[in-house]
Amino acid sequence: MNNTDRFCRHNDLTVLRSALSIFVLAISLLYLRTGFSDSALTVDDNRILRLATTTSTDNSGLLSYMLPVFEQKTGYRVHVIAVGTGKALRMGRDGDADVLLVHAPGAEIEFVKAGHGVKRHAVMYNDFVLVGPSSETAGHSIGSDIHEALQQIAAQKLTFISRGDNSGTHKKELGLWNAVDISPEGRWYREVGQGMGKVLQIASELDAYTLTDRGTWLAYQDKSPLVIINQDDARLYNPYHIIAVNPSHVDNINNAGAQALIDWITSESGQSLIGSYTINDHLLFKPSAGPRQLSQSGDP
Amino acid sequence: MGDSTSITRDAIYLLFSGDAELWAIIGVSFQVSTTAILISIPPAIAIAFLLAYTDFPGRRLTISVFNTLLAVPAVVIGLTFYLLLSRQGPLGDWRLLFTQSAMVMGQIALSFPILVAMGHAAFQAVDKRAWETARTLGASPSFAFYTVMREARFGLLAAMFAGYGRIIAEVGASMMLGGNILHYTRNIPTAIALETSKGEFSQGIALGLVLIILALVLNMSLQYFQGKGQVSS
Repeated sequence: MNNTDRFCRHNDLTVLRSALSIFVLAISLLYLRTGFSDSALTVDDNRILRLATTTSTDNSGLLSYMLPVFEQKTGYRVHVIAVGTGKALRMGRDGDADVLLVHAPGAEIEFVKAGHGVKRHAVMYNDFVLVGPSSETAGHSIGSDIHEALQQIAAQKLTFISRGDNSGTHKKELGLWNAVDISPEGRWYREVGQGMGKVLQIASELDAYTLTDRGTWLAYQDKSPLVIINQDDARLYNPYHIIAVNPSHVDNINNAGAQALIDWITSESGQSLIGSYTINDHLLFKPSAGPRQLSQSGDP
Repeated sequence: MGDSTSITRDAIYLLFSGDAELWAIIGVSFQVSTTAILISIPPAIAIAFLLAYTDFPGRRLTISVFNTLLAVPAVVIGLTFYLLLSRQGPLGDWRLLFTQSAMVMGQIALSFPILVAMGHAAFQAVDKRAWETARTLGASPSFAFYTVMREARFGLLAAMFAGYGRIIAEVGASMMLGGNILHYTRNIPTAIALETSKGEFSQGIALGLVLIILALVLNMSLQYFQGKGQVSS
């Protein structure tokens, strides 16, 4: 008995030890292959550029389409952090991002005025669309004018899903409610606090109305039973601006990198890439960096 | 939304077709979580040992603190480290927010209480005489420690697996501290959250399968070792 005991103990210690050494070996191989990226970061710190942007631009696939060209050309590595516009501006203020690509003109103007950002550069625009159940599903139809549509939704207490996350889309939605003098509240108005894609899924499941940027909508429309209720309205205009975080406000900002990205994205080659990005043959964003469009860039 | 059989089929195809992006995400997960657990294990085991085998003022309080930390949600750990590591925070000069190091720090904080609490329980289960006997027989403290470790090995192993299981599957802290940056801080859980929000369910399922397989392997190996343990005692 004693012998078996000793044998077994010896045996599973060996198993344990060999399992451990295989594990250690596997991990060291992993490190050898990939290198520990953070040490690379400290060596090459100023080649890393932190771009805080909105979920709408990132989820649309535009950034992974165009940024590799910029990285190839300049040698910068762009770390894209996709958050709501509110969080992106906050990150810029705190120095946790070098450059911002956002779409909430009102908040952007304040951001630059407060000295957190250097200057707003128009990059591109698309538009918002109001989506909801088709009139057959819903059993009623909603006005074709955006203001009228929102008034009807509120009056009939039709379920409306709001981003509720202080994002550019959320700010735009609140602006529209404000324009028709309605402060939305009640069981029909649901703030879910999630990204655009998630909100479209929720709206689809609940046969609800929601305001979405066209880019995300194009990427989702095949998966959703919802249809466009309102579109092509000047009041649904959605401009994107790029802003370098003010290096004199916070330390250790990669301002050279931010400037390089701004120069490139507003240059002819950056703009033509934006103008050539399509999903299902739909153009997602229209380039807008040019003297002609600058006059529009300040609209609310 | 597509039917679930085709989603699962696509997922399995993605996983075994060697999709580079998918495997990069899996690589980030293992690299970060393994680093975190390897850093946590030695001090956590040492603390667990001290809690079980020594008496010092504040010992009971320490145990309570670690047991409480077990219940702290990952997002709270994430937020705490976010505030510490933000450029405006006290550790802002380290410039670690949205790096793998930040994720490692968060995951150390998450796994540490599990290792201590479960390690403590494992050491407690060992007869105190193992230590005393070893010492009386002339073993050095380090050798006596090794003897006790060997007695407690199944419990300690279970602690390590549980700690690893928590951090590799954890999304809140990784999302906040890593920022879900592709090829750099996007790991399995944050990728699942992202792909789900984009409606790309197959990607999400494929990554979920990796986690399930991992859990299965960890649990089966634990059971294998424990089974042996029962035979030999």
